[in-house]
Amino acid sequence: MATAPELDAPADALDAFRTQARDWLAANFPPSLRGKDNSMSAVEGPNADSPEQAAWKQAIGAKGWSVPTWPSDYGGGGLSRAEARVLQEEMARVGAWNPMGGSMGVMMFGPTLLEYGSEAQKQEHIPPIVRGELRWCQGYSEPGAGSDLASLQMFAEDHGDHYVVNGQKTWTSGGQWADKCFMLVRTDKSKKHEGITFLLCDMTSPGVEVKPIRMISGSSPFCETFFTDVKVPKANRVGQEGEGWTIGKRLLQHERNSLGGGGSSAARMFAGTPLSQLAKQHAGVDAEGRIADAELRGKIVRHEMDLRAFALTLRRAQQDAKSNQGPSAATSIMKNVGARIMQERSELLIEIRGMAGLGWEGEGFDEDALKDTRHWLFGKAVSIYGGSSEIQNNVIAKRILGMLDHQ
Amino acid sequence: MAVLTEEQTMLRDMAREWADNESPVTAFRRMRDAAPAALFDAEGWRAQAEMGWAGILVPEAFGGAEMGYLSLGLVIEQLGRTLTATPLAATAAATSAIVLGGSDAQKAEWLPRIASGEVIATLAVDEGPRFAPDRIAAAVEGGKLSGTKEFVAEGDSAQLFVVAAADGLYLVSGDEGVTRSTRLMADSRSHAQVRFDGAPAERLSGGDLLVQVTDRAAAAACAEMLGMAEAAFAQTNDYLKTRVQFGQVLASFQALQHRMARMFTELELMRSVVEGAFEAIDAGRGDISQTVSLAKATAGDTLHLVSREMVQLHGGIGMTDEHDAGFYLKRARVLEQQWGNAAWHRERFARLGGY
Repeated sequence: MATAPELDAPADALDAFRTQARDWLAANFPPSLRGKDNSMSAVEGPNADSPEQAAWKQAIGAKGWSVPTWPSDYGGGGLSRAEARVLQEEMARVGAWNPMGGSMGVMMFGPTLLEYGSEAQKQEHIPPIVRGELRWCQGYSEPGAGSDLASLQMFAEDHGDHYVVNGQKTWTSGGQWADKCFMLVRTDKSKKHEGITFLLCDMTSPGVEVKPIRMISGSSPFCETFFTDVKVPKANRVGQEGEGWTIGKRLLQHERNSLGGGGSSAARMFAGTPLSQLAKQHAGVDAEGRIADAELRGKIVRHEMDLRAFALTLRRAQQDAKSNQGPSAATSIMKNVGARIMQERSELLIEIRGMAGLGWEGEGFDEDALKDTRHWLFGKAVSIYGGSSEIQNNVIAKRILGMLDHQ
Repeated sequence: MAVLTEEQTMLRDMAREWADNESPVTAFRRMRDAAPAALFDAEGWRAQAEMGWAGILVPEAFGGAEMGYLSLGLVIEQLGRTLTATPLAATAAATSAIVLGGSDAQKAEWLPRIASGEVIATLAVDEGPRFAPDRIAAAVEGGKLSGTKEFVAEGDSAQLFVVAAADGLYLVSGDEGVTRSTRLMADSRSHAQVRFDGAPAERLSGGDLLVQVTDRAAAAACAEMLGMAEAAFAQTNDYLKTRVQFGQVLASFQALQHRMARMFTELELMRSVVEGAFEAIDAGRGDISQTVSLAKATAGDTLHLVSREMVQLHGGIGMTDEHDAGFYLKRARVLEQQWGNAAWHRERFARLGGY
């Protein structure tokens, strides 16, 4: 079958770039760091970097390859999409990981600021994101504004050259470790969507108080964040007053893409001990060497087939994007399907291990099993955050299928 | 959409246009009402042969287009959208057996006539109501094949049969020792019982030819199912936007929106796995059977859901013969059974994967 021609760079230039990327990785990524990815530390708590990890982070940040396609004017890699793919392949080849890959600055805030921010804001905020020097958190949800985000109430009052902000945000991921917060506030109480403004706030500002929320998984990756008479300079407003909803929605698109479509989530699920092998260990095998528990076997097979269908769909969406057919309708289903499969996998792991799959901590349990218990519980969030599965279904029905609201 | 060549894109667009304009569901309805002995749309088949579709799998040396299985799938998908009733899929299944296992003489004898549309061919495997390629009783002695094949697609009209016997696949042509009995089924298509009683048979070579051929036949069924599911879904979505109850179009009710969104999600997955199977076949990969089983199981489940919901969401009108929903429902169940239902393919996927 023919493949689509590469549109954005001639092949020999890509070969030259591949050599360059390979040489640079050989010089900067120590093989001892292979598999020691701590890029998710923003979600799971800040791990202290080893000296080697810190050096790698410094090197890739200075090169701008933590965000290969961002413009080099702001410290980004300035690579074409084709070159970025080559870089990704070369990094995968040597097991190199992107220390900034999982950060909110890289995944959500940076792309949005590049699109909507002023020149001064980009100069100020983008380079530290590229280098992984500052952590950003997201001030969106409020106790009364979850799926109906636009009903948010936190108010920013106009005081000339600054706003005074009062209210509460919740589910602030990594709020207790963040240096800065991008947030949606209300500047006009008479309008719903048009009354929302996008602000940037220093988490060290007087009046900001952060309280971690203990989750069913036992960890506290989210916080409640209270704002009491917090001063935010107007220079920290992105876009105009009342444009916050437009900008904020754009950011949510980046969030959804990173949650569902990255492809890394499917890859992660393919990694590790295959479920069939685990099931044979725990549930035993029948005379023909099959998983002895027929119902469990059936569930595992359905799950594995579903996972393959998901992986093929991710690939199809990427091919569509590459061959200039525009964003595929397939992208709209990614978050729900990814969440469903991930959660099913966690439930299956428990079913496979039985009581040994429900250990909380300490002696007597397999280390992987203990991790899987926490993942199972934390994973329940995947179909709730970033637009719940029900909201995703609303989006599919309205935007793709053209089904309208009550008139 | 899979990555297509320019030729494939043209072929797909041409097939879609032809199905929409020349072979809409009304053409199927006319065939159903007229119930010709062959139980297919003869005029549609002639047109397809003229456009060269009968020869998509046939090598150029034998007068075909040699465009591969994805190309065939693209055409069958478009025909599935409007339930076009022609022997294209059955003939293609038999063609694949001759291309993969035929001698040069067998190819030279049959392939040009298949490509021109002169010969309708089919694949006869099952001897009972379920797909069971590992339970074949038909046997050949001294070049004569005996056995009874059930539910042979286009068995009412085929001039050439690729028949599964216990020791491999055989070509049987002509009417000597062949008795056909029509079986009228819910989808109004041809699924005849064919009795072979010492019919002259020529062997095709290849140890696992039966698996290779039934995998390709199953993939073609998946393509038809994909087209049907997309059309049934689109028609249902259109209906929900026009039907008014409680002063509102049905499409504005969230309970229905979410059902449609879920179906849409399943349809996207279905497209990916069906295209994945054709890609594996055309690339000659080692995991063709796994990808086909993934596709057929998914296609079976998804089309089952969509065809059932098509009737339910149309309400009473969907229960009437005047409406097309019933045609999709009835054809869907036949294709779900053909070449292995979802359970059969999940079990094979499991065995191949060592579960």
